[in-house]
Amino acid sequence: MRYADEFREGVIAQGLARAIAAEASSERRYRFMEFCGGHTHVISRHGLEDMLPTTVRMIHGPGCPVCVLPTSRIDMAISLVDRPDVILCVYGDLMRAPGSQGRSLSRAKAMGADIRMVYSTLDAIQIAERAPDREVVFFAIGFETTTPPTAVMIRHAEKKQLRNFSVFCNHVLTPSAMQSILGSPDVDNVGSVEIDGLVGPGHVSIIIGTKAYEFVDGFGKPVVITGFEPLDMMQAILMLVRQVNEGRSEVENQYSRAVTREGNLRAQQEISDMFEVRDLFEWRGLGFIPHSGLKLKQGYAQFDAEMRFALHEQRVAHNPACECGAILRGVKRPADCKLFGCVCTPETPIGSCMVSSEGACSAHWSYGRFRDHSRRQAP
Amino acid sequence: MRAKSYQSKLDVRNGFVELRHGSGGRAMSQLVYSLFHEAFGNDWLARGNDQSAFGVQTGRMVMTTDSYVVSPRFFPGGNIGFLAVNGTINDVVAMAGARPLYLSASFIIEEGYRLSDLKTIAGSMGEAARTAGVNIITGDTKVVERGKADGLFISTTGIGVLPDGLDLSVDNARIGDRVLVSGSLGDDGITIMSKRQNLPFQSGLVSDTAPLHDLVAVMVTAGGSGIRVMRDPTRGGLAATLNEIANQSGLGFRLREEIIPVKPTVAAACELLGLDPLHVANEGKLVAIVAPETADAVLAAMKAHALGCDAADIGCAVEDDHQFVQMLTRFGGERIVEWLSGDQLPRIC
Ligand code: SF4
Repeated sequence: MRYADEFREGVIAQGLARAIAAEASSERRYRFMEFCGGHTHVISRHGLEDMLPTTVRMIHGPGCPVCVLPTSRIDMAISLVDRPDVILCVYGDLMRAPGSQGRSLSRAKAMGADIRMVYSTLDAIQIAERAPDREVVFFAIGFETTTPPTAVMIRHAEKKQLRNFSVFCNHVLTPSAMQSILGSPDVDNVGSVEIDGLVGPGHVSIIIGTKAYEFVDGFGKPVVITGFEPLDMMQAILMLVRQVNEGRSEVENQYSRAVTREGNLRAQQEISDMFEVRDLFEWRGLGFIPHSGLKLKQGYAQFDAEMRFALHEQRVAHNPACECGAILRGVKRPADCKLFGCVCTPETPIGSCMVSSEGACSAHWSYGRFRDHSRRQAP
Repeated sequence: MRAKSYQSKLDVRNGFVELRHGSGGRAMSQLVYSLFHEAFGNDWLARGNDQSAFGVQTGRMVMTTDSYVVSPRFFPGGNIGFLAVNGTINDVVAMAGARPLYLSASFIIEEGYRLSDLKTIAGSMGEAARTAGVNIITGDTKVVERGKADGLFISTTGIGVLPDGLDLSVDNARIGDRVLVSGSLGDDGITIMSKRQNLPFQSGLVSDTAPLHDLVAVMVTAGGSGIRVMRDPTRGGLAATLNEIANQSGLGFRLREEIIPVKPTVAAACELLGLDPLHVANEGKLVAIVAPETADAVLAAMKAHALGCDAADIGCAVEDDHQFVQMLTRFGGERIVEWLSGDQLPRIC
């Protein structure tokens, strides 16, 4: 149990911090992006930035599934629940994600839409079984980690011959987004900051394996895959510093207690049996990224809510003052955004980075904004 | 209590609340007398008025009100009835340092609610009130149609009297004051959430609903006017309580994470549910802001009391124009302890 020996953990963390400080050269900068929102959360929640030397800077990446969901997809879901026969099953975080014109699922629910917050995919199946005269739609989002459970759910529905059940599929692919950030960092003309290394996601990598990142090699960037304990993160940062110092750019696996090179082959098979890659998928803050989203294959069309209800994506303009795109590339910081903390807060998010606690702006608001006006005092 | 003659006895074991039980007629009278008066048993209710008269003391009195809509209504360590009495008593005493005297209780019941559950809950309220030495002296019952309420809602109002010279208020904290908590945080919220979502954390965790007036009394004896603010960190947890005090008193707080008492089970459950234990609701716990020179004496008094044996001094009030509640993490970094945003939590009080 992680709380078994907190004191010892603290001592080890201090040791890792000293090692990072000793090995990071004062002559150069180390800019590392942690892709995954879970990692952003760990860094902010435990104040790990305070333990790094000034030359090491963490850039919070786009790896929070709610955050990267574009306005148009939220709008599609809202149009779905306008139909009185539809029950939409969602994970709680999605409720506040901003659609266009100040709309959200949370507001739609308050106005009478039948939206149920679920804790697992199984809940959605049960709801469909109990309400055979309603159309039950599961709002599926997430990276490779949550795709297999969606596949399992559809298999269940198939076996039970549920005719009133479908999935609004918004699953996205991690490697494509990484490639986009590293390879064409200039989308939306925000400029780019050189990224010196990537902290690779833990849970996603359990499914897709370290092999999936080996392309990053071509960009000459080190990648270290790591877990979700603060100590994992400190260790990963130390490994990245060492790779940079030694001029290496390898895919290293700090999280070998869970992640293999091949990943979970059965889960990969299940995904490729049921889903196919979309040509383009929009990411909030990053724009349209080729081959970065999944949809159900033709053979599963009856479970595809987009087909079933003829949903169409309407392009909508995002708030031009929102700097998410620049923040996700490390060009700007949350405090540089004019809306940060006045119009845009976790209660009233305007952009993607403020939506869930894993987003860069939300993490900075909830945990780190004291650094914008810091004056340290002993507790 | 005077004997009432009804055509048939209320079938508490098998019966359900029906609309007629709230319609002002004989059925309602029967419900009120044989269920509530029986459970709360005191001379005021026995006189059968719609209101009760009581003597007024000199000095200052306090009054507070709260509604309880918790779901589920029964959970390890208590039920909504205990909460409705203890919660309001704690608001009276914990927020003001007052001695609680009287309560009112108002019930909104959904048609079809089990009489046996209602009786158990009323019994718990009577028991909690007797333990705290207060009387429930007036009340109200409404029955609403099925679907118009979720089972049972209870509102209670409490009145108490303040000791001379004590002025506890949320805007009283001063720079340098210490922050004391009376015990481990998050037990109540996690117990109820685990019950709701059928999570396997119940083992050993029980809700900590308890009246705090006795603990407060020993603290007041030890610290006197050195105690500036007392709050019970219910909804929104310690984070909400300290942010509110920081805002009202115009200062900031610095806490040390490693000293804040959180049970391993609660920490593990929070990890799984993606919650921060400092956002989780508590019952039967209090936070006190105490002048530095009396903090040690107050802490010692708390530790000597059964409800404060895990008490801890977790930080202090500092000058801060931004009124941040800031925390040194157990890894040596710093972060803000922010209000909970949104509503990920089920109703728990
Ligand atoms: S603060 Fe809000 S509006 Fe500004 S970049 Fe962040 S999410 Fe966008």
